[in-house]
Amino acid sequence: MNEQLVSMITQLVMEKMGNNASDKSYHDTAVPTENQKETLIKFHNTVANANYADEVVSPSTIEQSNEPLIKLYHSESSNHEQSYYSASNDESTYTSVPITEFKFEEDEVSESVQAAKKHTPARIGVGRAGTRPKTKTWLKFRLDHAAAVDAVYGEVTEELLQKLNVFQVTTKVTDKEEYITRPDLGRRLSDESKALLQSKCQKNPKVQIIISNGLSASAIEENVQDVYLALQQSLSNLKIEIGTTFYIDKGRVALMDEIGELLQAEVIVYLIGERPGLVSAESMSAYICYQPRIGTVEADRMVVSNIHKGGIPPLEAGAYLGTVVQKILHYKASGVGLVAKEG
Amino acid sequence: MKLSVIFGGEKYNFNSLKDVMAKANEEKSGDQLAGIAAESVQQRIAAKAVLSELLVKDIRENPLVPQENDEVSRIIEGDINEQIYGEIKNWSIEQLREYILSNETGDRELKRLSKGMNSEIIAAVTKLMSNLDLVHAANKVEILSTCNITIGQKGTLSSRLQPNHPTDNIDGIIASLKEGLSYGIGDAVIGINPVDDSVESVKKVLHATKDFINDWSIPTQNCVLAHITTQMKAIKQGAPADMIFQSIAGTEIANRSFGISADLIKEAEELVKKHGTGTGPNLFYFETGQGSELSAEAHMGIDQVTLESRNYGFARHFNPYIVNTVVGFIGPEYLYNNKQVIRAGLEDHFMGKMHGLPMGVDICYTNHIKADQNDIEDLSVLLTAAGVNFIIAAAMGDDVMLNYQSMSFHDVATLLQTFGKKPAPEYLAWLEKMGIYENGRLSARAGDLSIFER
Repeated sequence: MNEQLVSMITQLVMEKMGNNASDKSYHDTAVPTENQKETLIKFHNTVANANYADEVVSPSTIEQSNEPLIKLYHSESSNHEQSYYSASNDESTYTSVPITEFKFEEDEVSESVQAAKKHTPARIGVGRAGTRPKTKTWLKFRLDHAAAVDAVYGEVTEELLQKLNVFQVTTKVTDKEEYITRPDLGRRLSDESKALLQSKCQKNPKVQIIISNGLSASAIEENVQDVYLALQQSLSNLKIEIGTTFYIDKGRVALMDEIGELLQAEVIVYLIGERPGLVSAESMSAYICYQPRIGTVEADRMVVSNIHKGGIPPLEAGAYLGTVVQKILHYKASGVGLVAKEG
Repeated sequence: MKLSVIFGGEKYNFNSLKDVMAKANEEKSGDQLAGIAAESVQQRIAAKAVLSELLVKDIRENPLVPQENDEVSRIIEGDINEQIYGEIKNWSIEQLREYILSNETGDRELKRLSKGMNSEIIAAVTKLMSNLDLVHAANKVEILSTCNITIGQKGTLSSRLQPNHPTDNIDGIIASLKEGLSYGIGDAVIGINPVDDSVESVKKVLHATKDFINDWSIPTQNCVLAHITTQMKAIKQGAPADMIFQSIAGTEIANRSFGISADLIKEAEELVKKHGTGTGPNLFYFETGQGSELSAEAHMGIDQVTLESRNYGFARHFNPYIVNTVVGFIGPEYLYNNKQVIRAGLEDHFMGKMHGLPMGVDICYTNHIKADQNDIEDLSVLLTAAGVNFIIAAAMGDDVMLNYQSMSFHDVATLLQTFGKKPAPEYLAWLEKMGIYENGRLSARAGDLSIFER
């Protein structure tokens, strides 16, 4: 990949954004090292177990951030926390015991453990009670899981769609429950949406960008603006023309095949919310494919996952995606096909 | 072949063997998604009844996926011992179930039986088994396999140490590795799922794990779970790999969507035999899981239990060191909740053992499925009782790379102690030498990763 180009685009976009509040977090986030940048991409189906077409699986890292490894309520809105407090306050009128924040801090850990923990967000150095986990370790794990469960799904706000200047289409899925149990419906556009795309979208685009909430609307809310901006900038610098971007409510990854067929797109970049993990519920993936058409095999899709402020910074990701698209267009292949052609 | 039955005054008709096989399954969201599941609970039981009266030969003689169209079918067919098949071909599936469960039938008999059955026959009998049947029957079988060390002995429970890291950071991987070792995890394999599937990165992780294993003289084996072609390139470039990993499926089309074929696996076998660092004879690690064929739109109208069984038929052709069903990973559209995951875990383990495979399970769940840690703890107890060869373990069960939850280091130690089981003998001797185990269980020092500091 072109390191210089990525940093130049990132720089450009950051300048454009000027004093936009959202850029301040990137100063706090260490830019990945050369080595880490190479790890940004993988093939969708080659990670063990990740061969399930519709599973948006992503690693999450927070080691580059200075924040504590495990945050409480990391995926919850402030009014959620508010309601906890108000409930607590009600209770306090019945008891005179002061209400305090539950403390998950572990006991003193050895220097060895402290040093080891610096290298990984994994739950290591946690000690044991007999062969079992300690109570606080267990509760923290359960709380993080609870937060991830509560963060699954969600809707992207109208406001964001306006900001992005994109229109919305739907799949054949009608509700959340159907979304998780009927991936086939999430891989097909509703009839009205097909007609809408026919009338509104540019045909035969070099690059078609599409966006969907997938399993985490908050991933889109948090990251899509920056990724989209940087990707547009990157593609424009590379003189690669973009089609008409739109947003899909409750889309699956393989929906890109039907869209590719309908619009005859050469490359599709699909930005989609990942299944929430215990460490982050705001992680987004970008799936990229050369000429996705009905029947495209998973091995031909590529994914840049783990896009969030603690993982791959959104601006960097957007700039990087531009260079991936350039390479795909050059070799006229993606995924396993691209590897074969690259030799 | 009789495909109808009158049951409680009601007539049930099934239109094909494929239909009976699908409808006889316990409830699975994946079969419903495929539109092939039983429409009522009574219809399900009727299908089981019809199936119970079919003969073993009915199933072999009416292939669900004809050999002409599918190399998985050809491989399964080619591996059947005709002599043994001849002994059982006129049995009903009911008789087959009762033979498997009979007190006269033990390890030796089941291993012999295994050679005479194709994957569809094994799937058929599975549909007639209750959960406890599956536990009890699987536990009769002892399947040993050897890469650098031998695992699978009765009374043992081995584990894969899975020290994944979100950026494949070597220090991070080693940190989790030390933690796991300090709980006595990792006799089956030290296996890392890489974020980065590039040859360079895979080589780096293979070298780091192998160096650590050598430095501490650990009687185990390493593996990096990249695509088979990437591992082959890494090995050709001199990287130390004790075995080769690959995800497999139950139809040729699904395998093709994974970018693999039987020829490719044979080629890998030649390579790892010549240039791998593992002793063998078992040098493959395969992963499977119900629903993957449907997910790849390559299920051909067949139910997910039968397709999963075909994975094992394909796998056994290559004499793997370990086979692992990643049972709760695929998502609620294939296995909806705890009940379906538990059933699938028991089915997969049993079917693998009936194929004579060294069967392990990644007992796990994702955050959008209706299950939690308590549910997989339940399944781990059932599978340990069933004599599962190995299970997967990550720090506190939280895989920070793949974003799902599996069993923890604590859980493996707990299962061993609760059931009075042990890690594999060679590994146990090493754990005792390191002071991690004492008197057959965790020592006072266990769980402290500073054991691995010099």
